[in-house]
Amino acid sequence: MASNPYFSLAVLFVVALGFGLTPLGLAWLWRVVYSPAKPNGIKNAIYECGLESKGDAWVQFRSAYYLYAIIFLIFDVEAVFLLPFAVAFMGLDTAACVSMLVFVLLLVEGLAWAWAKGVLVWV
Amino acid sequence: MAVDEGLKIELGKQGVFVTTLQELYNWGRRSSVWPMNFGLACCAIEMIATTMARYDLARFGAEVFRPSPRQADMMIISGTVTKKMAPQVVRLYNQMAEPRYVIAMGACAISGGPFKQGYNVLKGIDRYIPVDVHIPGCPPRPEALLEAFMALQKKIDAQPLTGEGRPRHLDADAPGEFPVPAQGEHDLEPAANKNVWTVPVVIR
Repeated sequence: MASNPYFSLAVLFVVALGFGLTPLGLAWLWRVVYSPAKPNGIKNAIYECGLESKGDAWVQFRSAYYLYAIIFLIFDVEAVFLLPFAVAFMGLDTAACVSMLVFVLLLVEGLAWAWAKGVLVWV
Repeated sequence: MAVDEGLKIELGKQGVFVTTLQELYNWGRRSSVWPMNFGLACCAIEMIATTMARYDLARFGAEVFRPSPRQADMMIISGTVTKKMAPQVVRLYNQMAEPRYVIAMGACAISGGPFKQGYNVLKGIDRYIPVDVHIPGCPPRPEALLEAFMALQKKIDAQPLTGEGRPRHLDADAPGEFPVPAQGEHDLEPAANKNVWTVPVVIR
């Protein structure tokens, strides 16, 4: 058995396993002997904020929230881009102005589309 | 097995360090008390000041304020406990890991303080949960909180691991759950935890 070329590897494997598992085992033993768990119903509750949890976690949210959020995000970012555009407006050439207008028009088109789809109406 | 104090000092002079498992265990416990990140009123401002660089609670191993009761061992009741808040405080205390300690900080937490006559103020949190250290003051200065903390450390140090007076988590029969009061029609129900607090008898 010792003549097997993989013998040293097997020994190393066992040592490595022991190296990892021994501290874990000692920690577990320490916990069991010196720090036994004392669970109770309140301790095992889900919430940690002092309040009791009410109802089920599997609730449905309306997709309208998501649509509103995504539209808000797009126009929020647009405002960020508009600000440097407005600051540098006097020094811009035609190409820059046209590309900015295209950008704004694309977003306006998106808004019009969302409007037509009825996303902006909260029902 | 306790070592004679004089012998211990004598051995220490010769470079021999003698200790017991209990001392080591308590040294570890008292040096790593993690408070809960939890403030109730103006005392909490003093509590925050205590943790900052000037007063430096970290010297005592208690700088790790945990935002979850599951990771905390100490609850500093820092401020007025209203009757609306009391159930939450007791529930959080129940959710903390054993061994757990409570410091009632300030006049309100120990007795209701200036709001004692108020219809909505709990007259001391020790009516529902066992309090280890009470500190008076309105609010107590950070030094007072440090003093309370050192008192708690002394208390932990002196705690035996076996027999009478051992920590609750080492005593299988000791209660781990303290009943959470509910909002009644006029007051919290029950008005106090009978196992923790009894009406004090005034001897004149």
